[in-house]
Formats: sequence, structure tokens, C-alpha cells
Amino acid sequence: MTTAAIDREWRRYTPRQRLARFALYFGLVLACVVSLRTVQVIPEFLYDAPEQMADLFKRMWPIAWSFYPSGVHDALIETLHIATLGTLLAIVMALPLGLLAANNIAPNAAVNYFAKLLLVSSRSVNSLVWALLFVAIFGPGALAGTMAIAFRSIGFVGKLFGEALEEARPGPIEALRAAGAPWPSIYLKGYWPQVEPAFWAIALFRWDISVRESAVLGLVGAGGIGMAINAAMDLFQWERVALMLVAIFGVVIVAEVVVTFIRKRIL
Amino acid sequence: MSSAARPPAFLPNWPARLAWLALAAYALYAASILDITWDRFVLGLENGVRFVGRMLPPDTAADKMALMMRGLYETLEIAVLSSALGILLSLPIGLLAARNLMPAWVTWPMRLLIALCRSFHQVIIAILFVKAVGFGALAGILALTVASIGFIAKLFAEAIEEISLKQVEAIRATGAPFMNVISYGVMPQVLARFIGFATYQFDSNLRNSTMVGIVGAGGIGGTMFAAFQKFDYDYLLTILLAIIAMIMVSEALQNRIKKLYQ
Amino acid sequence: MAESSGPATAAPALVIRGLSKEYRRGVPVLRNVSIEFPGRGITAVIGPSGTGKSTLIRCINRLVEPTAGEILFHGVDLARLRGRALREMRRRIGMVFQEYNLVERLTVMENLLSGRLGYVSPLKAWLRRYPREDVNAAWELLDAVGLAQFANQRADALSGGQRQRVGIARAVMQRPELLLADEPTSSLDPKTSVEIMELLVRLTDSRGIPVILNIHNVPLAKRFAAHVIGMTGGTVIYDGPPGGLSDDDLKRIYGGEDWLE
Repeated sequence: MTTAAIDREWRRYTPRQRLARFALYFGLVLACVVSLRTVQVIPEFLYDAPEQMADLFKRMWPIAWSFYPSGVHDALIETLHIATLGTLLAIVMALPLGLLAANNIAPNAAVNYFAKLLLVSSRSVNSLVWALLFVAIFGPGALAGTMAIAFRSIGFVGKLFGEALEEARPGPIEALRAAGAPWPSIYLKGYWPQVEPAFWAIALFRWDISVRESAVLGLVGAGGIGMAINAAMDLFQWERVALMLVAIFGVVIVAEVVVTFIRKRIL
Repeated sequence: MSSAARPPAFLPNWPARLAWLALAAYALYAASILDITWDRFVLGLENGVRFVGRMLPPDTAADKMALMMRGLYETLEIAVLSSALGILLSLPIGLLAARNLMPAWVTWPMRLLIALCRSFHQVIIAILFVKAVGFGALAGILALTVASIGFIAKLFAEAIEEISLKQVEAIRATGAPFMNVISYGVMPQVLARFIGFATYQFDSNLRNSTMVGIVGAGGIGGTMFAAFQKFDYDYLLTILLAIIAMIMVSEALQNRIKKLYQ
Repeated sequence: MAESSGPATAAPALVIRGLSKEYRRGVPVLRNVSIEFPGRGITAVIGPSGTGKSTLIRCINRLVEPTAGEILFHGVDLARLRGRALREMRRRIGMVFQEYNLVERLTVMENLLSGRLGYVSPLKAWLRRYPREDVNAAWELLDAVGLAQFANQRADALSGGQRQRVGIARAVMQRPELLLADEPTSSLDPKTSVEIMELLVRLTDSRGIPVILNIHNVPLAKRFAAHVIGMTGGTVIYDGPPGGLSDDDLKRIYGGEDWLE
């Protein structure tokens, strides 16, 4: 062991990397600070908040359980139908789009880009906004809600499906092409077996989210329990609102249990 | 060559076939329950064409654009602040909810908290916060923070539960204190995924902050809803296009940042 | 049982008395084990799989909780410690694992320095600010194991043998007073196994660190160990120099004849 050891430096990141990371942190903090300073928050409201929330919860108690059969049950079922049917529709429409959005499957770059563009647009517009649009087109009711869920979900399912396809191993595909298989067979026997688990996981995940989203579409008139919530809020019947929130919570939990169960069985 | 009977090469997968049939049957059933008929659909399409006609060309009047820009800016603020707050809070909450690191009496309340945060749609939470703290951006920020925690903390906890405990064991064997074990044994394994969740949630918050305004929680949603109710469909189109553009820019930026961080 | 004979006039590295471990009630994996590990050189613990070798090693630094018994390390009973005291003791005992257990996403250098995590505050550790001597020592060790050019590469970019070298270096970074090794060569090919054992001997001999090593490869054990403990069924049935291991002893330990050369 030398006593006159030369001190050797160790740095985890190169100077360039450190600069880049610092710039990133700085940018993030700056964004937060700027937002904090310019956002219009009235301090009195902030201090008042706990009291207001307590008041709100007081008005929600006791929960109006008796209202369930007449006012809530049908709306809840309708919500579930909207979510499920909407998701099914979305899957049907998203499959071809997802195929085209995968850059290892799309015939050329332009088609690929266009498919990705459609998927991004579908995701960028919130389901509530889709619901607004479809209420204007189809009139209020469950049809608007179903279409809204469908159109919103296409982007989600299509994007994740496309990414799963892009990650498929090229080996088996190569083997099938070498054996002279036509392209539908290549998709069916080469790609589909690889992405099938991911596909079902995505579909289930999206259904789960859609159940939650369907619950609020009624707020803009697109059917489901949201319309009942709107009605109750307008009449300040907070105990009924509380009941509906609990009902939604229950349905969401049931949906999660179902999803977990199905995932265990088929994945 | 014996021609004795051999078992078939491919057994029909009856459970799967039944499942497909059931799904198809359900679709038809649900459609009828929801009163979705072909006629209504066609009528709607005609309506739709007229609707699109009224949206074009998009309205670009100067005062309307200014109003829109202010709304967009507020939307951005809501997204940034709620994401920052949500991320900061999700780190400890997610860690405390990981069943392979913490005892049950810690993880159960945390998981309950996360479940509560996740169960309700951001809009409903926004309505509650609007009632509590009044109209404006604060309600939106608080609502989206709650939503962020529900998402990030849950996935973060699941990611931690999937790590290799061997690496953690090695760090514990060196006699490192708890925070060092987290910092060197746990975080390196989950940091990349955590950043993924965080950026995904920011993206989600950006999209959602555009619509919490519909219920009065600030941002461009309010402007948009007003335009809708006034039948100002061409202005509505402008706003929609601006929102889509904003989200695309944000996605592109995030991709660059991800590449930097690898 | 042969008395431990060797260059040992030094105090024992570790004394175990009456150590027992039951993973399930009534199914003991370690039965009342008592051993005095010599204070110098490598002590190899041999025996068939499932006989409690790994449990024995892990009980020492309490990665596994003993059911009963004492583990005396420089006068302190390790079995009784908790919390901070346990951590401080763990710092003084290094461990090398069968599957290396490096933090795969960290670099080689970070893995090495993580040996000092018991001595560095969490804040400094997170900021990667280690004391000067630690960084120097890390570079020296990297040179000693021949991996200096991999310093900033991710651990999962290395081969098995290279990773184990980093694992050994990490344990030595703790400047431990005892080194435990749980099957350090079992995941490696024969040639690499010999290289790793030679490295282990080199590094620990020059620093005067006694080693307790768990191994199922008997030839390797005989070649590199200064002392051998043979276990079977959770008890010690041989405690002596490698030269004294007879075929009979091995048969008693491992059972069966077919595997003997």
C-alpha cells in the first residue's frame, strides 16, 4: 500500500451529463415556482377549506340508502353497459389502428404516422369532451356516452397495442416468412400469440378505467349515473349524492376484483 | 403404417369459444338495453356532419385567442403544480404501501388511502373541491393531486413489490441504515419505472386539467364549456385544436427528456 | 472431533455455541451447533445441500434469525443485537453471495462504494459524496481485481466471474474483521471458480481478514481452505484441517459412494 497515493477522482456522471441533469432539475423547479406565483389562489378560500369540507361531509350524512333501488340501481347498470359496450367497440376499432401504428408492421412511414396521429388525437381529447361532442351530435343519452367511451379508448388501446407489437420478437416472424406463410397467417400465428396476453391486459385495464369514466359522463348528459348525480346536486340532495358516490366506489371495487380474477385465470 | 386412431392434433378450446360467443351476445344485448338502434345512429351521423360544418372554419378572433391563451396557461399551471405535489407525496406513500418492505399495520392504511384516491373520477373530486375551496385553479390542483397519488403511488408500490430482494439483502448486510438501503437497494431498481409513471401522470394531468374547468375548477375547460353552451362551435374547434397541439408538444418534449435521462 | 490445528495462536474469529434454527416447528435445520472458527485464513464449511450451511452463515450476520444459541464475535453476542447495534456489527462483517447480489442498475464503482454504506450518512450516500479515502481505496481494489476499466459501467454488463469479483471487492471495502461467503463459486464455471478462490485468498490474506466460506465443491475446499468444517443433517461431524479429511469422513458427510473420485 503506497502512502503517497495519488487521489483519484470518481464522478458518477460526466460533466456534460451533470449539466444536462442540472438543467432538467432547474427547469422543473422553475416551472413549479412560476406556476405557484402566477396561479390565482385566493388565500381565504384555502384557509376556509377544511371547514367547508367538513360542512360538506356533514350534509352528506346520513347516506340515503333507501334511495338506491328507485334512483340509483338502473343508472348504475346503465353506466356499466356504457363502459363495457364502449370498450368493446373501441377494441374493434383499435385493432387495425394499432397494427398500422406499429412501425414493424405498417406498410410505409406515412400510414404509420397517420395512424399514430389518429391515436394521439383520440387520447388528447378527454372523454368528457368527447361526451359533449357526441351529446351535440346524437342527443343526450347512453348512445352519446357509449360513443364517447369508445372514441376515447381507441387511442389508449391502440397505442399500447402498437407498442406491444413493436416489442414482439422478430424471430418467430422470420421463421413463418421463411416457411412462405401469407401475411394474415403471419399475424395470426406469429404476432398474435406473442401479444395476446398484453392485449387482454390492456383491454381489461381500459375497461376498468372506462367504468370510472362512464360514471361521470352523465354530468354533461351522456347517460349513466352521472345524470342522477347532476340532478341530486342541483337539488342540494347531498345524502343522495353520497349514496351515488358510495355506489360508484362499490362498482369500481367489484370491477377491480373481476379484473384481478380474470387476469389470474388467463394470463 | 398403423391407422389406429390418434388423438386430434388441436383440441377445440371450448372455454375460449364460449367466451367469444358470450361477448358477442352481450354486445347485442347491451346495445338494445341502451336503446342504440341503427336509425338513431344514422340520424346522429347526419347531425354530426352538420355539426362539423358549423365548427369549420375555426374562429381566430384576437380577443377570443387571448382568452383562450389565458385559459391554456392556467391549465398548464394546474398540471405542473398538481403533478409536482402528487409526485412528491407519492414517493413516501408508495414506499410505505409496499408489502415487502413494511409491516401490515403500515401498508393497509396506505393501500386504503391509495384506493380511495383512485376510485373517484377526477371530475367528481374536482366538484367536491370546488364546493370546498371555491371556483378556480386551487380546486383543480387539489383534485388532480389526489388523482396523481392514486395512480403513481399504486404503481410505485407494485413496482417495489416486484424488486429482487437479493440486492436489498446485500446492502442490508453491509450494515447500512434504512435510508441507505432504500437509496441503494430499492430505488435503483424502481427509479426508471417511477419516472415513467411520473411522466405518464403529468401527461394525464395535462389532459385532465383541460376538463376540470367544465365543473369550475379552473383552466381552459371553463372557456370550452362556455363556448359549447353558447353554440360557439367554431371557437370550440379552435380550443380543441389548441388543446391537441399543446398535448402533442408536451409528448414530444417528454420523449426528448426520457432519452436524456437514459 | 479434531481440535483446530493451524497457525492459530490468534483468537478465534467467531465462536458459535448451541446454535439452532427451525424454519418450521419441530423441523430443525441446525441442531445445537458449536464451532470455534480460527482467527486466520479460510474456513470452509462443507456438506450436502439442505444441511444448513447457508443457514449457518446467514445466522451469523442475522439475515436469518436463529432460534437459539449464541454467536460471539469479539465478545459481543450477535444473536442478541438489534437495530442500530446490529447494523454497526454488520458493518464489520462482509458478505459475498452466491448470486453476487450486486445492484444491477448501479455502476461497478457505485456497487463497490456501497460497501461503505454502513459508514456514510444517507444524504451523502444519495449525493454520491464519499470520503476521499474511500474513493482511493475503491480504485485500489478495482485495480486489485483487474476491473478498473469497468468502473463506470452498469453491473449487469459484466460477466458472472467479473460480478463476483466486484462482490468480493465490495465486501472488502467494508474493511471487515470477518468475511462470510455463501457459495461464492456455485454459479461460476470451474476455471472462474478457481480464479475467484485465488482472488479471495489473495485479498483476505494480505489484509488479515478471516473467512468463513460455504462451499459444496470439496476439491476446491481442500485446495484453498486452512480449516474445514463438515456438516450433515444440521450437525458438525468434522472440524479440522483439510488434510485430515478422509474418504470415510466424506462419506459420512455426503453419504453414498458414487460421487467420490
